[in-house]
Amino acid sequence: MTAGRFGPFGGRFVPEALIPALEQLDEARRKAAVDPEFVGELERLHRTYTGRPSIVTEVPRFAAHCGGARVILKREDLNHTGSHKINNVLGQALLTKRMGKTRVIAETGAGQHGVATATAAALLGLDCVVYMGKKDTERQALNVARMRLLGAEVIPVTHGSQTLKDAVNEALRDWVTNVDSTHYVLGTVTGPHPFPEMVRDFHRIIGIEARAQVLDLVGRLPDAVIACVGGGSNAMGIFHRFLDDRGVRLVGCEAGGLGVASGHHAARFSAGAPGVLHGAFTYVMQDDDGQTVESHSVSAGLDYPSVGPEHAYLLETGRAEYRPVDDDAAMEAFSLLCRTEGIIPALESAHALAGAMTVGRELGPDAVILVSLSGRGDKDVHTAAAWFGLLPEGTRS
Amino acid sequence: MTAVAQTLAACRAQGRAALIGYLPVGYPDLAGSVDAMRAMVEAGVDIVEVGVPYSDPLMDGPVIQHAAEVALAGGTKVTDAFTATAALAEVGAPSVVMTYWNLVLRRGVERFAADLAAAGGSGLITPDLIPDEAGEWLAASDRHGLDRVFLVAPSSTTERLASVTAACRGFVYAASTMGVTGARTSVGQAAEGLVRHTREVTDLPVCVGLGVSTGAQARQVGEYADGVIVGSALVRCLVDAVDRAEGLDRIRVLVSELAEGVRSSR
Repeated sequence: MTAGRFGPFGGRFVPEALIPALEQLDEARRKAAVDPEFVGELERLHRTYTGRPSIVTEVPRFAAHCGGARVILKREDLNHTGSHKINNVLGQALLTKRMGKTRVIAETGAGQHGVATATAAALLGLDCVVYMGKKDTERQALNVARMRLLGAEVIPVTHGSQTLKDAVNEALRDWVTNVDSTHYVLGTVTGPHPFPEMVRDFHRIIGIEARAQVLDLVGRLPDAVIACVGGGSNAMGIFHRFLDDRGVRLVGCEAGGLGVASGHHAARFSAGAPGVLHGAFTYVMQDDDGQTVESHSVSAGLDYPSVGPEHAYLLETGRAEYRPVDDDAAMEAFSLLCRTEGIIPALESAHALAGAMTVGRELGPDAVILVSLSGRGDKDVHTAAAWFGLLPEGTRS
Repeated sequence: MTAVAQTLAACRAQGRAALIGYLPVGYPDLAGSVDAMRAMVEAGVDIVEVGVPYSDPLMDGPVIQHAAEVALAGGTKVTDAFTATAALAEVGAPSVVMTYWNLVLRRGVERFAADLAAAGGSGLITPDLIPDEAGEWLAASDRHGLDRVFLVAPSSTTERLASVTAACRGFVYAASTMGVTGARTSVGQAAEGLVRHTREVTDLPVCVGLGVSTGAQARQVGEYADGVIVGSALVRCLVDAVDRAEGLDRIRVLVSELAEGVRSSR
């Protein structure tokens, strides 16, 4: 049994060539976590650059559709670059400099992690290459332009399914080739140890702030904390501070796509099985032979056939529950938040909002629900406009 | 001692490196891949490395990725690797299977090992499994008398070289450069040093892979390694050919050149 296990999940299933870099990273992040200089610098950047602490917003008009429960949003969408991703990226970019490396690489699906990485690289003077599936570069063209404006090189990946999982493969190939100069800024709580722990720790601030803010606002802990789960970084970030609060239900919302029965989804916990992908033993969507099955979601950020190993552990221990939310329900919640509260959420976060509508009805009007609004929806305006038929006549979706 | 281990010992006794040729099963299809593997053996490959196509081959460069995609699209199954292994055993050719770990996990480590042993395979090369994570495989390979080939890399520390080679049986796979599979104009300078350092901690044969594509490179690597592993350059013979007959011809020509290389090293 190696370090970095969550029960049976996690581990390091990568080529031997990467082991020294993983050990170097593990040592660097452990030292940094107790180094006042590092902690102070990250805290300063979050205060003066990210815009932390992010606020919480109570949304009563939206909550009327959630069985009358009180609904409070943790506004990670208001962070610089528009999502929670910057929390992790700034931490890893500072570690990159401490390790004496000059180049960062990243994978991205929807482009939010790529944009955050390109941003941190610009801020700290690092070379930056972002791998992105060719299909994703087409459906998220705006974010490709943002990354290039920030000085990053964006490389479209044309192998396999040409989506996020293939971008991860290509980033790992780059890393094994250039590991002396390069740090791989992995964007979520999966991959080989220490990534799942390290990325979670950089996102823990979400839950630390939110727990205090909810106590301050309502005078007690929430009954449920709800977050969307692609790889699962915003969810681990907001869940972690609540793990010991046994009365607080933790609910992760996976992409149900066209419905779990259709086979076109990213509901790893409903239809996947334990296996290895991208360096971690966790739940993976796979066929009888162990080949990875392609996922589907209206939201590019949840369109991933695997999930962070700590989520697999929270599922197996019963500490958290995971529900599929299909495209239709997510889009309904997306529209509802826009119209009732004047907030356009990311499609990923809309899955958590849909989860709140269901959980709120289950818990009733006395409940308090905290929802991670992990990102803003500017990047999704085109997709949503096409979905709701809002594009001018003759415009292609 | 497995057939692979015996072959490596015999080559060592002859004072030369063994030639190990990789091809993925199922490319261009099952029968075509078995024909190509047998053609390699007839032309002078000592050991066949039977690759199992995987959807996410993160240690492989573009040529093998392409072949894996075609093989999977054509319906290649994990069990085809056992079919190919058995077909090689039939003609007396030693073989070892190269597979990413999830394919073994999904089948069940014990069941995979039993199937491989029954097919006459000597063992497994596992590019994304390190010994630290391999408890179940160490036990299953012991039960079935299979070789277990883990990788060492130019980045491996002395401690890692010692612990990885201690877990190996059959041979040690030394990755010549930091990177993925694929032909290179020169085999990394790091390879010879890595082999030397590896020999300081193990008596097992040390075979070098990644980047070898020509007879000259095979001769050069054969000067210091116990085995020369060639993959992408052989796959390319099949990819570039206009038809199957030409693919087999290209394989025979390249293998003859490589076999001549390992025989003229020392």
